[in-house]
Amino acid sequence: MNPFSSSTRLRDMIRSIRACKTAAEERGVVRKECADIRASINENDPHDRHRNLAKLMFIHMLGYPTHFGQMECLKLIASPGFPEKRIGYLGLMLLLDERQEVLMLVTNSLKQDLNHTNQYVVGLALCALGNICSAEMARDLAPEVERLIQFRDPNIRKKAALCSTRIVRKVPDLAENFINAASSLLKEKHHGVLITGVQLCYELCTINDEALEFFRKKCTEGLIKTLRDITNSAYQPEYDVAGITDPFLHIRLLKVLRVLGHGDANASDLMTDILAQVATKTESNKNAGNAILYECVETIMAIEDTSSLRVLAINILGRFLSNRDNNIRYVALNMLMKAIAFDDQAVQRHRVTILECVKDPDASIRKRALELVSLLVNENNVKQLTKELIDYLEISDEDFKEDLSAKICSIVEKFSPEKIWYIDQMLKVLSEAGKFVKDDVWHALIVVISNASELHGYTVRALYKAVLTYSEQETLVRVAIWCIGEYGDLLVNNVGMLGIEDPITVTECDAVDVVEDAITRHNSDMTTKAMALVALLKLSSRFPSISERIKDVILKQKGSLLLEMQQRAIEFNSIVERHKNIRSSLVERMPVLDEATFNVRRAGSLPASVSTMAKPSVSIPNGVSAAPLVDLLDLGSDDILAAPSSSSGADFLQDLLSVDLGSSSAQSGATPAPKAGTDLLLDILSIGTPSPAQNSTSAIDLLSTADMNNNSSTALDALSSSAPPHIATTASAGGMFDLLDGLSPSPSKEATNGPAYPPIVAYESSSLKIEFTFSKPSGNPQTTNVEATFINLSPDTFTDFVFQAAVPKFLQLHLDPASSNTLPASGGKVTQNLRVTNSQHGKKSLVMRMRIGYKVNGKDVLEEGQINNFPRGL
Amino acid sequence: GTDDHSSDLFWESRINMIHFVLLVSRQGKVRLTKWYSPYTQKERSKVIRELSGVILNRGPKLCNFIEWRGYKVVYKRYASLYFCMCIDEADNELEVLEIIHHYVEILDRYFGSVCELDLIFNFHKAYYILDELLIAGELQESSKKTVARIISAQDQLVEAAKEEASSISNIIAQATK
Repeated sequence: MNPFSSSTRLRDMIRSIRACKTAAEERGVVRKECADIRASINENDPHDRHRNLAKLMFIHMLGYPTHFGQMECLKLIASPGFPEKRIGYLGLMLLLDERQEVLMLVTNSLKQDLNHTNQYVVGLALCALGNICSAEMARDLAPEVERLIQFRDPNIRKKAALCSTRIVRKVPDLAENFINAASSLLKEKHHGVLITGVQLCYELCTINDEALEFFRKKCTEGLIKTLRDITNSAYQPEYDVAGITDPFLHIRLLKVLRVLGHGDANASDLMTDILAQVATKTESNKNAGNAILYECVETIMAIEDTSSLRVLAINILGRFLSNRDNNIRYVALNMLMKAIAFDDQAVQRHRVTILECVKDPDASIRKRALELVSLLVNENNVKQLTKELIDYLEISDEDFKEDLSAKICSIVEKFSPEKIWYIDQMLKVLSEAGKFVKDDVWHALIVVISNASELHGYTVRALYKAVLTYSEQETLVRVAIWCIGEYGDLLVNNVGMLGIEDPITVTECDAVDVVEDAITRHNSDMTTKAMALVALLKLSSRFPSISERIKDVILKQKGSLLLEMQQRAIEFNSIVERHKNIRSSLVERMPVLDEATFNVRRAGSLPASVSTMAKPSVSIPNGVSAAPLVDLLDLGSDDILAAPSSSSGADFLQDLLSVDLGSSSAQSGATPAPKAGTDLLLDILSIGTPSPAQNSTSAIDLLSTADMNNNSSTALDALSSSAPPHIATTASAGGMFDLLDGLSPSPSKEATNGPAYPPIVAYESSSLKIEFTFSKPSGNPQTTNVEATFINLSPDTFTDFVFQAAVPKFLQLHLDPASSNTLPASGGKVTQNLRVTNSQHGKKSLVMRMRIGYKVNGKDVLEEGQINNFPRGL
Repeated sequence: GTDDHSSDLFWESRINMIHFVLLVSRQGKVRLTKWYSPYTQKERSKVIRELSGVILNRGPKLCNFIEWRGYKVVYKRYASLYFCMCIDEADNELEVLEIIHHYVEILDRYFGSVCELDLIFNFHKAYYILDELLIAGELQESSKKTVARIISAQDQLVEAAKEEASSISNIIAQATK
């Protein structure tokens, strides 16, 4: 019997697993094997270990739990023989990761093996350490590894070099210990050692400034010479890839030169010639050559200004972009984004090709191209680019419409030359992709419309026409309903016709039909229905001749399953029927919504209450899906936020409409409000008041959709338990209390901040929001202090929170430590200070990329984004 | 966090490395997984599920890169197997394609026209070869010949140990007869 011949039994197991016809059958086989292995482990026979572990690794790859085999790895590693150690280390790397406590137990074995007389055992230990060591192990074993960098055999030297790379990544403090050893590797002839040595050198330079200075001074010329030698080298079959000698070495050398040249004009100067040679002489008909050109362009773009080289780089990218190989086009798009930073004009020349890429069948290319296009937009080309994108929106895949429409909206908002163009474009987007458009976008559109008094007639007519064709686009319907409610009279009388318009015939009945459609359509969500109800009330005054019909439509909502809808229907009905004398003043046209205030709010709205409102999704029995609830939360938060700033006490409207509002307005009155902030959203949805818009009233709160949203689930509860409705109403008032309470600790932020730069929402996802507030240290206009506030919008706690940021070359970024690395659930906050210095102050705006990592319930989450909405002039 | 978060090195996030290597068959069966960044077992299964779903469903003429959770996955199909490597956004995708090809060539040379079955029954060999090619998510050796030499030296060590063990067990068998 041969105790090491695991292969037969391992083979048998693999065969029997492969022979399984169903998943259940496979589970059965695996269960039996695992039971056998456990039994064998318990017998503790060293002869079976090798075979057991091999089998466990196979089982592990199939996705079954194998933790019970972890200790077997350690035992095998501790055995004296090479075969046992080899499989033991392999198992260790596969079955364990650096976060497992068990791993610490292997430190001692590793130390012994690093000092083993057999170099292949040393190699195994270095490989394992390099692949999975934790920070503690790195610290413990760094001296051994450092020593092995000088080992006689190149196979060990190269492994030690990469192992050191891992060590300094884990423990950057150790970097300086490796500087000398790394520099000795740069003189090697053995390619493996050279490649790994250059890699280690690169790593040290990015971690440690001292190392960077050292290598820049001592090694730049040597590395340039190595690159020249390899570039000019004669054919070497061992290293040849498609006619190029060792492209991997090329690439690593270019990479390390990039770090050495970045920020240092002298070093950059030294490498100009060789970079030019690589850029012009490298064969570009094979992937290997293109990979080198790619790296070369990166280096040229990162080192100090050598404009002739940059022309070469841009030309290479231009060639890449017109390449037929999708891979090459993809990387070209990616790199042109970086190239914009120093040569916008050159990239603009490729606009047509880039636009074509937006329409590519390949999602990866489309996504890159769209990002790039949005960076290319400026005042001069916005109309043409937007037209192209909107044309494509009509025919693009459904799953691309969300990204595409979001980009178009942000382009239109940012660069719109005039209001009518803005409104036209937004109407097109809402018509084609309205269901993908975010709330803040259509809210902003309403604000713009409200401000464009000369376009009210034009807009309401355009919306009317659009909504007849695209009635399934929810956000289009909402904007249309709002406008019809406000400007219905302009619609039916063709008031304010522009020269470009054809007159249309719309009767009062036609206008009401559109609104009625929206309120009765069963897949309209609550926001839409609520807006429709308000619009009907308004139209009852604009169209007195058909107010009876309007009243009937309103009254039908008495039967709505949503309590708020029921209640408002009854109240509105009573206004229409019994208070004709005050009706017209009640529902006057909205005062113009203040754009500036809206923009500040939109950028800096406080999210504190959002998470408290997040409710588990409920399925409403009448088929109204729960999804819109989520959409509504945005709206809701703003509405609720308005409460503390509303300064009104008793208003006649309140008496008229409120059920239990007295208490809630008392609550809001109790909250000191230094500034009567206008909540425009609130105003948008509310019926107008005769009082100036600045005094938003709490009565308006009640009419807003957010309340309906808040109350909806309560209403449902009430219905399902068949409790009398008024109980639910009381409950809803309680809900409002809670929300207001939740809000009171965050008083108006704008008051305390310097007025110079408005705060921004730098990033927002469903789970996380980041706000930036800005201040400038006096006497230093280039520098901006940014206070970043991270807010957890989810119901789960975030741990191990890390914020990383990167900026283009003209900026310098310093990050202070964050106030904590844990964000408590539902509104928990962490703050972190950043200092940005803009060397192009006054010429270029701030821009930043960021990456946020954290854990939720033990799972890693990564979020990323680019921040382009910094206030100008920072 | 204690890491250095800031970097002005032209958009580059600091650690550029291969985070993991994945071999998946056309049927979605995992043939090899190698993790250079810490992922829990649960995360590993999720990553495999997510990625194989995306990659297996991509059309044949599209580019070999997918953007995924802030990373990039470079993949290439060889016969019935997809070779995938996950890298950082700022890394050189084209080079990773070369690394994948480099690995495939070494496997091919080692097994002699490698096929999926070789990698199923000798999966540990595929791992041993990968360990001579990458450490810490970085390339270790650009010479296929060198890798082959080091692997064969270690295979011989294993063979020698086996022979020795079988001769010992023969002696024991003889002695106890």
